[in-house]
Amino acid sequence: MKSSVIVFPGSNCDRDVAVALEKLQFKNSMIWHKETELPKSDLIVVPGGFSYGDYLRSGAIAAKSNILSEIIDAGKKGALILGICNGFQILIECGLLQGALLRNSRLKFVSKDILVKVQSNKNKFFNKYKIDEVLKLNIAHNEGNYFTDKKHLEELENNDLIPLKYCDEKGNIDLKANPNGSINNIAAIFNKNKNILGMMPHPERMTDKALSGEDGLGLFLSLIN
Amino acid sequence: MKFSVTVTLKKDVLDPQGKVVGQTLKSMGIKKLNQIRQGKFFEIDIDEKDSVKAEDQVKEMCKKLLVNQIIEDFEIKKAE
Repeated sequence: MKSSVIVFPGSNCDRDVAVALEKLQFKNSMIWHKETELPKSDLIVVPGGFSYGDYLRSGAIAAKSNILSEIIDAGKKGALILGICNGFQILIECGLLQGALLRNSRLKFVSKDILVKVQSNKNKFFNKYKIDEVLKLNIAHNEGNYFTDKKHLEELENNDLIPLKYCDEKGNIDLKANPNGSINNIAAIFNKNKNILGMMPHPERMTDKALSGEDGLGLFLSLIN
Repeated sequence: MKFSVTVTLKKDVLDPQGKVVGQTLKSMGIKKLNQIRQGKFFEIDIDEKDSVKAEDQVKEMCKKLLVNQIIEDFEIKKAE
């Protein structure tokens, strides 16, 4: 499989995700945001970081980069797109995903391991996981408080478009297990066609037992499945 | 031509920053404070003499970049 990782000034998880992809034999290219052509890719990754120093709103400036019009075109044609953390914010700002990521409800940057429960596995990104499986992943963000209007929230809930929700060790999805105030404990969402995924947790940080864990590996394994 | 743009969070969007600022002011003794909402302010200078055209361009800037209309409202005012 061929993958492209998009690099913006201020991206800082681009190399981590490239290491994870290459570990699973993806043929990966790093694409600078000023490029106007995207190489043919089975997967496009918009990585985490602080593109443009989070100026204006997180992801707002990056969402106007040259390469984004290519990504939007590819996404509309069905290409697989994964936005992680700041990448999720960028996908929202450019309109590929709906809703908004607000400042964390407790106004603090949260950097820690959290638990999420798999809610959906009939898709390209989570088919290697079981429904209700609890995963330990890592989050590191200031604006991860997902918000959307009632109509869209119902659409997400009723159409299997929320693959991950924050939970506790027992798998309870409640306010206590919610690290950022995200509506309905949402940690990740799909677009309607499930080819575009935005997630606040970092799967690439959990792809090596020697470092922190392997719970994120399943996502990359699902993609090559 | 100069304009000022005020961007605020929509009424039904939680504003945790405004809330904390409000709580702090109350704890400082400003008892009559009802509510504070925090927003952003832009000063825009545009090279256009026609005020209708100029305002249209400012509106476009707001819609295309300055404002996230899902969560924010904006107000344009012509500066003297």
